[in-house]
Amino acid sequence: MTDYTRLTAAEIADALASGTTTSVEVTQAHLDRIAEVDGAIHAFLQVDAEGALAAAKAVDEARAAGEKLGPLAGVPIAVKDIVATKGLETTAGSKMLQGWIPPYDATIVTKLRAAGMPILGKTNMDEFAMGSSTEHSAYGPTHNPWDLDRTPGGSGGGSSAAVAAFEAPLAIGTDTGGSIRQPASVTGTVGTKPTYGGVSRYGLIALASSLDQAGPCTRSVLDAALLHEVIGGHDVMDSTSIDAPVPPVVEAARQADVSGMKIGVIKGISGEGFQPGVKQLFEESVQLLVDRGAEVVEVECPSFEKGLAAYYLIMPSEASSNLARFDAMRYGLRVGPEGVDSPSAEQVMAATREAGFGDEVKRRVILGTYALSSGYYDAYYGQAQKVRTLIARDFAAAYEKVDVLVTPTAPTTAFKLGEKLDDPMAMYLNDVATIPANLAGVPGISIPNGLASEDGLPSGFQILAPATKDERLYRAAAALEAALHEKWGGPILAQAPALTAKAGN
Amino acid sequence: MTDAVVDYDEALATYDPVMGFEVHVELNTATKMFCGCATGFGAEPNSQVCPVCLGLPGALPVVNDKAVESAIRLGLALDCNIASWCRFARKNYFYPDMPKNFQTSQYDEPICFDGHLDVEIPAASGKGTEIFRVEIERAHMEEDTGKSLHVGGATGRIQGAEYSLVDFNRAGIPLIEIVTKPIEGAGERAPEIAKAYVATLRDLVKALGISDVKMEQGSVRCDANLSLRPIGTEKLGTRTETKNVNSLRSIERAVRYEISRQAAVLNDGGTITQETRHWHEDTGVTTAGRPKSDADDYRYFPEPDLVPVAPRAERVEELRGTLPEPPVQRRRRLQSDWGYSDLEMRDVINAGALDLIEASVAAGATPAGARKWWTGELARRANAEEKSVEDFNVTPAYVAELDGLVKGGRLNDSMARQVLEGVIAGEGAPTTVADARGLELVQDDGALEAAVDKVIAANEPIAAKVRDGKLNAAGALIGQVMKELKGQADAAKARELILAKLTS
Repeated sequence: MTDYTRLTAAEIADALASGTTTSVEVTQAHLDRIAEVDGAIHAFLQVDAEGALAAAKAVDEARAAGEKLGPLAGVPIAVKDIVATKGLETTAGSKMLQGWIPPYDATIVTKLRAAGMPILGKTNMDEFAMGSSTEHSAYGPTHNPWDLDRTPGGSGGGSSAAVAAFEAPLAIGTDTGGSIRQPASVTGTVGTKPTYGGVSRYGLIALASSLDQAGPCTRSVLDAALLHEVIGGHDVMDSTSIDAPVPPVVEAARQADVSGMKIGVIKGISGEGFQPGVKQLFEESVQLLVDRGAEVVEVECPSFEKGLAAYYLIMPSEASSNLARFDAMRYGLRVGPEGVDSPSAEQVMAATREAGFGDEVKRRVILGTYALSSGYYDAYYGQAQKVRTLIARDFAAAYEKVDVLVTPTAPTTAFKLGEKLDDPMAMYLNDVATIPANLAGVPGISIPNGLASEDGLPSGFQILAPATKDERLYRAAAALEAALHEKWGGPILAQAPALTAKAGN
Repeated sequence: MTDAVVDYDEALATYDPVMGFEVHVELNTATKMFCGCATGFGAEPNSQVCPVCLGLPGALPVVNDKAVESAIRLGLALDCNIASWCRFARKNYFYPDMPKNFQTSQYDEPICFDGHLDVEIPAASGKGTEIFRVEIERAHMEEDTGKSLHVGGATGRIQGAEYSLVDFNRAGIPLIEIVTKPIEGAGERAPEIAKAYVATLRDLVKALGISDVKMEQGSVRCDANLSLRPIGTEKLGTRTETKNVNSLRSIERAVRYEISRQAAVLNDGGTITQETRHWHEDTGVTTAGRPKSDADDYRYFPEPDLVPVAPRAERVEELRGTLPEPPVQRRRRLQSDWGYSDLEMRDVINAGALDLIEASVAAGATPAGARKWWTGELARRANAEEKSVEDFNVTPAYVAELDGLVKGGRLNDSMARQVLEGVIAGEGAPTTVADARGLELVQDDGALEAAVDKVIAANEPIAAKVRDGKLNAAGALIGQVMKELKGQADAAKARELILAKLTS
């Protein structure tokens, strides 16, 4: 019997289309897998078996009735808990929103439902997407399927781990500074951050509005493209959404051809702080691209080194404002100050925010509040915006010479749970290679790049393209993926350790 | 506790008042500023809300294009420059009736800036009118907050309340805030100019058709800034900001009061605290609100959820073509069309009856008749009952009808007043009321003549005076005739008949 949890989404879709299986069967297989291994992984905050099976049944019936269905109809999916799902608790990994049942669907969820994709549940994440390890979740960390003592990256560790552990063929992530790509890198999966504005933000609980972007978490480049096509496109509910068709990403993924493509390696970005094994794999993959007919040149992006500093001003500034709405007045947690009879609204707000936010959230709210303060605004937020412009110029100059840019996705393989929890700066450095894309609004993808020699853990290869040219990511990524599969004799996840029920609790 | 005040004239002998106004105008767009919710006033609390205007996690704003258009039209009418590119900004502060705990507003990039509004006031000479120019610093777009109802406690304010209820129907209603530059040189006429400015702005907004301009429903809200400086000095004094002064009369009174109060503080050697103040309609005083400093930190930054507003020049010119006649120009045209004296026109303006008279004339009333009713009986009643003339059941069409009944000879003045009573009481249109109450002048010439003959016969000494040429004496006879016919006689006709009989 086929184990549908081991197939890619494209393979499942084919099986569904040919009638060899049903969405109910596939969905049930994934629910069973979740029941089996999620005790060990903790990728999910909520599993909606009932809702997923009902959606699966509906799509099976539609297919039986001969209705025209989308390419991923019937393929189940997991959704990061930062995305509003009507009727399904959405917490963003925070105590602040424990028990909050959104009365509306995010636009991407509306699209998933319309595409006939059963939603398996909501995945774990760093609280309000603040973190690079999923350890800042108020509901406990997610474990990396490659080594349960290690983090799956973050903030979207739950989505990537769910996909890596075969609990879901597809997942939705969000990426503000690398929260899709860095977890993909350390779990041996694929993750895309589309062009800013390429996927609607309506219904994503905002971390930093000018940086946030939702995208696919998958096990193959083609799957990422298929999901990208489902969730992408213009949305009148999001003013920053691009009014243009989704780029031809699926076509590009099927093309998988880098011959004649000009690829830029960014000088200096894989320098200090990068694990030797990660660097070595990166260089090997660059060579693979050359072997496949790409032309590789070195480009300079001198402002990228300032990206991290700019990011840690812009992101907390916007976050401090975005998170102001969590005040206990209308929804979510409400805590009264201790020892105060009939407290004022202000006292309740303060007590609730004290109790409801974790340390990392408080750290960033305080940072952002400070950076926006009158008298400091120009020196911090204003300067950071200038750096942002410089980074966009670096990208523009580079793209005059090359079609795509490549870097290792993250400096290291997965780190141990607790290892960087007390060192925010070390945690922040994880995003050094992913942040520039968010600051400039350009798209990026991370694909599995093999296991580092030192620790046998996955590393990632990042490809960046100019804004709205997302198809270039898929063209290059699919070509490299094919070359790597040849090298490894199959997908890297085939080498991941088996997870058993015993590993759970 | 009541603050000390000095006599107004005494204050003005020493100090030069400088004013500034922030007027919030609620637009009458069908939907809210950033979402598709309805904007109607008076709906069931929290029935006109959605994830966007409730600030639910994940919801995003989308700019209401109609509101932008209204802002541009107002800006053009105020002779402002219209920004070719501007952004919204977040004004961050915590308050329970603000769903996101930031207000989406505009900060250093307002859509309209550097304009002016000419305000017509009676000339200092006492003859005619003169123009006082109020410089406009900016007009910007923003969203309204929810409305708090503080229950329990004595003041209806949040301090001391037992609990508060919040209605988010108002949250997200589009507002335009019009900010003046400091208004200098008003002197003792400051309160009058204050009132005239707000009235003129209100009329302009109304003429543009972009707001319901119902001050009593809060669709026009005025914050009045005032400071004093010793006469002859340049440096601006510390100002206070009296919030939510929401009627024309109150604006005049509040400015006057603040001048007297601040003068008392300064005369005592004290300093003015920079603060917001609350206006109390009933007692006519202001009381201290919260301290306000220029350093109030709202942590403004450009709203990242919205794209810049960049109206094309052609569109701005198109909108310029839709502007109504400027209020001052319009008033001059109407005064000339209607043949009103300056004094009469001033009464009309003060009664806020210009539009009503225009509509009444359009409905067929004579300009004199329309003025008489709107600025006479109706204005008197409105004043006495502290209402607006529009609050009665009287429409311009009714006034035209009433005027027609008088001019057509069916009613005399006192009968017309009775009919108006009936209309106000909701008895229906003037003709209906006159019919129902049996009000009609005696049209039968025979009856009138009989009454005249009877009165002349009974009052021979008076009749003799009239015969001797003392025509004024006829008044007494007319009175008698009216009495004879129970007030239903046409006085003009009776006079005509009496004179014909006695002098020909």
